Amino acid sequence: MRLLIVEDDRDAADYIARAFREVGHVADQAPDGEEGLALALDRQYDVMIVDRMLPKRDGLSVIGELRARGVETPVLILSALGQVDDRVKGLRAGGDDYLPKPYSFSELLARVEVLARRRGGRGEETVYRVADLELDRLSHQVKRGKDELVLQPREFRLLEYLMKHAGQVVTRTMLLENVWDYHFDPQTNVIDVHISRLRSKIDKGFSQPLLHTIRGAGYMIRDR
Amino acid sequence: MRPAEAPARWRSALKRAVPGWVRPRLAALGKLFHTTAFKLTLVYLTVFAVFAACLLGYFAWNTRRLITEQITRTVDAEITGLSEQYNQGGIQRLVFIIDARARRPGSSLYLVTTFSGDGLAGNVGLLGEGVLEHVGWTETVYRRLDDPDGTEHHALVRVFQLQNGFRLLVGRDLEERERLYDIILAAGQWSIAVVIVLGLAGGFLVARRVLHRVDAMTETSRTIMAGDLSGRLPVGGSEDELDRLAVNLNLMLERIEALMRGFKEVSDNIAHDLKTPLTRLRNRAEGALRSGRNESDYRAALESTIEESDDLIRTFNALLMIARAESGQSSAPMTEFDAAEIVRGVAELYDPLADEKGLTLRADDGAAVPMCGNRELVTQALANLVDNAIKYGSRGTPSADGEPPEVAVRVESEGGYVRLSVADRGPGIAAEDRAHAVQRFVRLEQSRSEPGSGLGLSLASAVAHLHGGELKLEDNAPGLKASLMLPRGGPQLPQPAE
Repeated sequence: MRLLIVEDDRDAADYIARAFREVGHVADQAPDGEEGLALALDRQYDVMIVDRMLPKRDGLSVIGELRARGVETPVLILSALGQVDDRVKGLRAGGDDYLPKPYSFSELLARVEVLARRRGGRGEETVYRVADLELDRLSHQVKRGKDELVLQPREFRLLEYLMKHAGQVVTRTMLLENVWDYHFDPQTNVIDVHISRLRSKIDKGFSQPLLHTIRGAGYMIRDR
Repeated sequence: MRPAEAPARWRSALKRAVPGWVRPRLAALGKLFHTTAFKLTLVYLTVFAVFAACLLGYFAWNTRRLITEQITRTVDAEITGLSEQYNQGGIQRLVFIIDARARRPGSSLYLVTTFSGDGLAGNVGLLGEGVLEHVGWTETVYRRLDDPDGTEHHALVRVFQLQNGFRLLVGRDLEERERLYDIILAAGQWSIAVVIVLGLAGGFLVARRVLHRVDAMTETSRTIMAGDLSGRLPVGGSEDELDRLAVNLNLMLERIEALMRGFKEVSDNIAHDLKTPLTRLRNRAEGALRSGRNESDYRAALESTIEESDDLIRTFNALLMIARAESGQSSAPMTEFDAAEIVRGVAELYDPLADEKGLTLRADDGAAVPMCGNRELVTQALANLVDNAIKYGSRGTPSADGEPPEVAVRVESEGGYVRLSVADRGPGIAAEDRAHAVQRFVRLEQSRSEPGSGLGLSLASAVAHLHGGELKLEDNAPGLKASLMLPRGGPQLPQPAE
């Protein structure tokens, strides 16, 4: 995966870029809005990470310009502004995801990978399959092998999101945002309890567990 | 010497002239004269004195005019009578009558002369020069013939030309008129003097009283400025304008004191709640450096460091949000939404957690309750309350029939408000601690061991304030009932005070 990081904080940008390279991605860096825009127009990227406040050209204006020129590269906005409507503004300006600072690298990585695979991903499929687990998005049926599983509506959506991103790490915040549409941090980790409930329904009694906890990052459904 | 130098020179001259012990008293007196009360008194006094002087002057002048008129009329009548007697009985009869009249005590002045000016009869000895030659009214000095002292007096006289060259002079003494006039003038001067003295004294007293109170206020405000915020301005109890001012300033001081106390408490608490985890963080890192033997030791230390800093970030974010909400600076957009849906959503999110803690989470499944507000913030506030209720409610005792302790989330309409309430069966909060519990960072002693930033209730309270509502903490007997009271129509603009 090829990334562009537009961030004026040199240390932060270096750290992210190095971390992405360590997990096998290619990362370019731009220290300001003008250079970021020039690079984004010149080369092909899978995902762009753009800081909201940049010298020379504001992050939102860079995204607006890119979208106006027909560049549809997914953009994740980083911002020190964490107020309710800052996220809305960022997404309205053409961003695809919004991550307030300070963030953890695992969160950033998980989100960037989801963004990168969104295009041509499994968004359009009607049936998601992971090993012998099967989820039918139209009939709302879930089967593990031959057994039909009875899920609550929310459990269904939770599993649907996890299976849509099968093989990818999904963080707790991503689940809270995408499954519940909540954009705040609950004091207790309520998501863990939901996951363990779901796990007891889809993995209990089967020799091969599918729903894995990735320490320090989140969860993943995978066939191994 | 340039003119501008003059006052300074006079002041220094005055300084030299006045002994040292008098100077502070003079300064105090000077302050008194500069008060508004004294200046006002002075203005009133001047206006009143001028008015009184005009009135008295008019009175005196009018009295004088009346007396003069009366004299003129008397003299005219006598002359008419006497000239008639002369026309009828000739000069002998006139002389006879005048001799008789002139001898009466307190009589008018009479004189009959020949054409050459020789006196024939009368009681006038000496007259002013040329009086006799001038026919008509004259004011003149005179001396009475029958006056043993021979002193000169003033009189108003009329000279009348009789037939055959004789002249008749009749007049009245003016002493009475002058005396009356003098008395009135003197009375006027005295009364004006008394008015001025009393007025000055009154102004002085009023000014001193006002100055005394203002000085007391100034003194208090100085001590307050010096840092003692508990000071209050003295209130006289007479409910006058100074009292009203003092009462209002005291209210302002109270608000400032409360804010400062809050500020101090917050900074103390920030120091505590941020320094404690920071210290832990640092200790852990230091400990790992010192005694870490292998990679897994370091890994464990780093992982707990990250966890700890996540907690710090969470606390910090909550703090920022509370600060924004409390200062009313949040640009959170307000929209219409269904409060019942929020309750269902939050209850659904927390239901498994409650279940795991051995609690029953019961949520209203009622009709829609539309309201205006920031959906996300209200959800967050309610989630915080539910989180708290689960945290503390799990220590509650099961109900009599063996049911697990329950956490009830409800939405109700109350007048113009929407009440979003969360009731638990936990230990509750003592009535005297409830107000305290809403403040930032306060975790009551019994809950110090629980995880959590201690900001849940404060955050809910700040969100309620942002919406123009409040967070109510009530007794659930047993347990705590926390309610977000939010105005249905969203935050209202503050009304101007009356």
